[in-house]
Amino acid sequence: MIVVNQLFTGISFGSLLLLIALGLTLIFGQMNVINMAQGELFMFGAYTVYVLQLVMTSAGLSLFLALPVAFVVSGLIGLAMEVLLIRRLYERPLDTLLVTWGVALVLQQLARNIFGATNKQTSAPEWLTGAVTIGEFSFPASRLFILALALGAVLALSLTFKFTPLGRRIRAVVQNRRLAATSGIPTSRVDRTTFFIGCGLAGIAGVALTLLGAIGPTMGQSYIVDAFLVVVVGGIGQLKGTVIMAFAIGMASALIEYQVGPSLAKVLVFIGIVIFLQWRPQGLFSQQTRSLA
Amino acid sequence: MNTTLQKITSHPLLAKLQSNPYIGRLFRPGPIRTFSGFLVGGILLFLIAPLVLSQFRLELLGKYLAFAIVASGIGLAWGRGGLLTLGQGVFFGIGAYAMAMHLKLSQTPEGQLPDFMQLYGEVESLPSYWVPFQYAWFAIPAIIILPALIAYLVGAMIFRRGVRGAYFAILSQALAAALAIFIVGQQGTTGGTNGLTNLNNFFGYDLDDPVNRKMVYFIIAGILLGVIAITRQLMFSRYGELLVATRDAYQRVRFLGYNPARVLTVAFAVSAAMAGLGGAAFVSIVGAINPASIDVVPSIAFIIGVAVGGRSTLLGPVLGAVGVAWFGTAASEAYPDSWQYIQGGMFILVVAFLPGGLATLPAAFRAIKGKWDDRKPPEIPSMGSGAVQEASA
Repeated sequence: MIVVNQLFTGISFGSLLLLIALGLTLIFGQMNVINMAQGELFMFGAYTVYVLQLVMTSAGLSLFLALPVAFVVSGLIGLAMEVLLIRRLYERPLDTLLVTWGVALVLQQLARNIFGATNKQTSAPEWLTGAVTIGEFSFPASRLFILALALGAVLALSLTFKFTPLGRRIRAVVQNRRLAATSGIPTSRVDRTTFFIGCGLAGIAGVALTLLGAIGPTMGQSYIVDAFLVVVVGGIGQLKGTVIMAFAIGMASALIEYQVGPSLAKVLVFIGIVIFLQWRPQGLFSQQTRSLA
Repeated sequence: MNTTLQKITSHPLLAKLQSNPYIGRLFRPGPIRTFSGFLVGGILLFLIAPLVLSQFRLELLGKYLAFAIVASGIGLAWGRGGLLTLGQGVFFGIGAYAMAMHLKLSQTPEGQLPDFMQLYGEVESLPSYWVPFQYAWFAIPAIIILPALIAYLVGAMIFRRGVRGAYFAILSQALAAALAIFIVGQQGTTGGTNGLTNLNNFFGYDLDDPVNRKMVYFIIAGILLGVIAITRQLMFSRYGELLVATRDAYQRVRFLGYNPARVLTVAFAVSAAMAGLGGAAFVSIVGAINPASIDVVPSIAFIIGVAVGGRSTLLGPVLGAVGVAWFGTAASEAYPDSWQYIQGGMFILVVAFLPGGLATLPAAFRAIKGKWDDRKPPEIPSMGSGAVQEASA
């Protein structure tokens, strides 16, 4: 009983991680850019819900409206980052990490100046406050909604990758950037699109979080480290690996936390990841190349 | 190399001095220049700073020097080895907590528990991992050995499988997050969020007395000079050349028969030992340590000074760390709200547009003045001619 509850908490944590990590792994896989500001884009997504609820009264309508709006808001911030800064740094992946960290600091302070340093609460629509009972177990509806949202995002992404011209171009650039450029694919435009989508996904994750907790200027920091671990163990740029590892890390954390408490759990998860990397240093899945690893 | 320096060095008076057989040695690489460099540093830290600065500012400088000790190690690992370590807070924290535990126990009366353990009342007797820290002969070596050992183990495991670059950066950051959360969670035995505070007995000297705090400042300044000497020795040794080679051509180093994983592990362990020393120095001058000063955010903050000063130079990280910390205190005193903008802006501007740090500023100016279309930022100097000369001198 308790184990099932813990597992469900883990799945729910995993689905939030998944939503953040999806954008990270897309951007990392295609452009070799480590976007440390992803957590802050996530935060701006959450603030979008807050602003929309100030404007309109209906919690349900504002939540649904917030999904596309947050996607666009976070995506546009990311796009501005790409055009102004990241474009210059494609040859230096480690430096993108530090530059985007600088952007993250600026965005945090911006949020503090606009919305204040105190945490903000949003109200969830009524149909998401209850619980869904299956057999003898009951699951909070809000967490089920987040799970559905994450799975929906994965589905939409994989369909886009498989069946649309944009998806084909993205896959081509990921596999071989120079050959793609030679074949007439406008790689820098594809890069900008990917950046927009990847950052927009963080915005959607932010909307999802408002169902679970309060919104504050530093909320992004508490998820970004775990989300990066998901990217590393899942395999960079690998959709499948990211999905599996997001849920695996989420559930492992929840179960270990239940056994030994949250403070030791982080250490144990870290040790587990280092051991996992002994076995799969490139992550669960990795792109096969003939270059030297 | 750069115009400003050339203008100064081509001044007739200086040329005359340089051609002087005795004074000229100060300007040419070699033991005399190195010695006089350390002499100037010693005079600045030991004579001029205590005369010019008030007691309060001198203690602040002591704190910045503790950061500079950490920065020197980061310069070695990141600047020379290409290991972007975002988890130096871990090693800083281990050194700091080792020192703080010893200081705490030495001010606690025999047979009693430290004050915060009595307050939280979670433990009846001293936890076993605290016991050895009551002896100075254990605590002082532990400040250096414990961080180095942990870095060695983690590094050996990670590097052995060829994990490096961004993967390493992310893992080191996760380590910092894990340690901070761990310490917060074990409130009964670590002091939790409050950390270990009110440390006022420094090996028998009362830290409430300003004279004794001045003594601690002098000790830290001495340690910093020692750390710089060690870093210099490592940078210009054969190992230092191998480290740069590993950064720039990992596979080639492998094909030449070296083990790049071992090279990187050593650099990581040395930088961790320096971070531990810095942490112990920090505790001694500040008198407290808490998890907030060792987790993810301060760990990255260590990086900014190194980047600003010039990551691959010997003195750049040290001067950068002191400069940024000094500037940070001044800015957050004057404009508390905008410090984070300034800090973020520094990361963006320096890393994106001046990756070699302020050390390469003149070259960057020349590049802009020379031709506008050449927008490429100056390259990070690797083993330049200067370094090779130093090594062979």
